[in-house]
Amino acid sequence: MENSLEVKNLSKHFGKLKAVNNISFNVPKGSIFAFLGPNGAGKSTSIKMFTSLTKPTKGEILLEGINVLKNPDNARKQFGIVFQDHSIDDELTAYENLKFHAVLYQVPKDIRETRISDALKLVELEDRKNSLVKTFSGGMKRRLEIARGLVHNPKILFLDEPTTGLDPQTRNSIWKHIKMLNKEHGMTIFLTTHYMPEAEEIADIVAIIDHGKITAQGTVTELNKKAKAKTLEETFLKFTGKSIREEQGSGLDMMRRMRRLRH
Amino acid sequence: MSGAIYVMWLRQLKRFWRSKARMAGSLGQPLLFLFALGLGFGPVYSAAGQGNYLLFLAPGVIAMSILFTSMFNGIEVIWDRQFGFLKETLVAPVSRINIMIGKTLGGATVALIQGVVVLLLTFLFGFRVHSIGGFFLGLLFMILIAVLFTSLGIAIASRMTDMHGFPIIMNFLIMPIFFLSGALFPLENLPSVLSIITKINPLSYGVDGVRGALTGTTHFGLGLDFLVCSVLAMIILFIGSKLFSKIEL
Ligand SMILES: Nc1ncnc2c1ncn2[C@@H]1O[C@H](COP(=O)(O)OP(=O)(O)OP(=O)(O)O)[C@@H](O)[C@H]1O
Ligand SMILES: [Mg+2]
Repeated sequence: MENSLEVKNLSKHFGKLKAVNNISFNVPKGSIFAFLGPNGAGKSTSIKMFTSLTKPTKGEILLEGINVLKNPDNARKQFGIVFQDHSIDDELTAYENLKFHAVLYQVPKDIRETRISDALKLVELEDRKNSLVKTFSGGMKRRLEIARGLVHNPKILFLDEPTTGLDPQTRNSIWKHIKMLNKEHGMTIFLTTHYMPEAEEIADIVAIIDHGKITAQGTVTELNKKAKAKTLEETFLKFTGKSIREEQGSGLDMMRRMRRLRH
Repeated sequence: MSGAIYVMWLRQLKRFWRSKARMAGSLGQPLLFLFALGLGFGPVYSAAGQGNYLLFLAPGVIAMSILFTSMFNGIEVIWDRQFGFLKETLVAPVSRINIMIGKTLGGATVALIQGVVVLLLTFLFGFRVHSIGGFFLGLLFMILIAVLFTSLGIAIASRMTDMHGFPIIMNFLIMPIFFLSGALFPLENLPSVLSIITKINPLSYGVDGVRGALTGTTHFGLGLDFLVCSVLAMIILFIGSKLFSKIEL
């Protein structure tokens, strides 16, 4: 089996909205795959389906050869995930969050403590391991979430905008670690980001999704050539257009826009 | 697998322990009931030849505090959904029934601690347990009430996404369950409508069990009390884990 993830004709509809509309692609084992798209394109919805949090309207997902829909508990052992939004218990300490995770993922007792302290070292949070997470800054919480995703040594790691809201130092160090995990441990990386230069720098393969459909896919060089562009950012804009995605906005976005108009 | 149940339970207790204000706050209501009703109705009750009202009321107030804490445990599920932690639980390779059991046991333990503290408070008002064996039997019934209503609260919460709706629904359910249960008045010689309602109210059996165990007087008999509470707890736990496994994020 040479693919970590195989997606076939996958769709997710919310009422009339086709948030994900019949997408198919493969993520080769050991690659870094960047899933790019404008706001509301369907990236997070796709990741939720890959990780068994949401049931697809139709389609099939194979994760490390395991059918996610038919065999979710087994599929859940294969991946680690850093969600786009907050998913840590603020009332527990950093260490307690990781311990909770290690037990849920049945990390054997004799290596549990080593795994936890290795993960904390990696994101440089060792010295704060006994602080309550509610005393952490946004960047520290993010780093802790990344550490948590690594505790059970997954075969594939999903990162939904892991560097949003972080300073350049932290962003660089996170990408450095992710590259290292990929090169040294052969971990497959599936990521989304809105920072095109970062994707350009790190990704082996890029897929661009817009309005729930994949519009382009290939290596960065291939895509840039196809779009006759110099940078991934230009390529991205060529494939997705320059209009801001407001027409798809949620009710909240609509309200915000109306308030802006009134003032 | 039991490791998962254990950490879910432990997390709940840690969170409870770290917010002691919650505990202190939830003692206000039982204290008020003991003070106002216990002392207020005492004279009428004994004048009617029914004996010591506080002896009758205390098990009802203990059951009440367990009922409230248990049902409101469900709000933890809604918080976890709101603050994102539920995602972490739901992507883990743990069967949904074990997640449900862990959460229920955690919440039920918190409710039981609450109930034991209220039991100790009733001693200050002059309540006495009739035997050591009765004390432990009483604890057993308190555990059953806690498990039964915690799983009910979590089952309901797993179908809700709305932080503000949950307390409204809970109060809507808790109030009739409490007032129509025999926690406050004897179940003998009731008008037939009320008598039927109290018979189908599960808390009636819980209260009667606690009262029978602690004071030695029961209405339904301890055997029936135990049967109703334990069977119902199992059924709701099972339904709850079915509902819980349907959660999508
Ligand atoms: N639970 C839901 N119910 C209804 N609509 C939803 C739901 N979740 C997502 N959507 C809609 O599906 C579309 C895709 O959302 P999604 O979160 O996947 O976008 P995204 O590509 O991750 O965007 P962003 O870059 O802003 O995170 C959006 O239009 C969103 O409003
Ligand atoms: Mg997203």
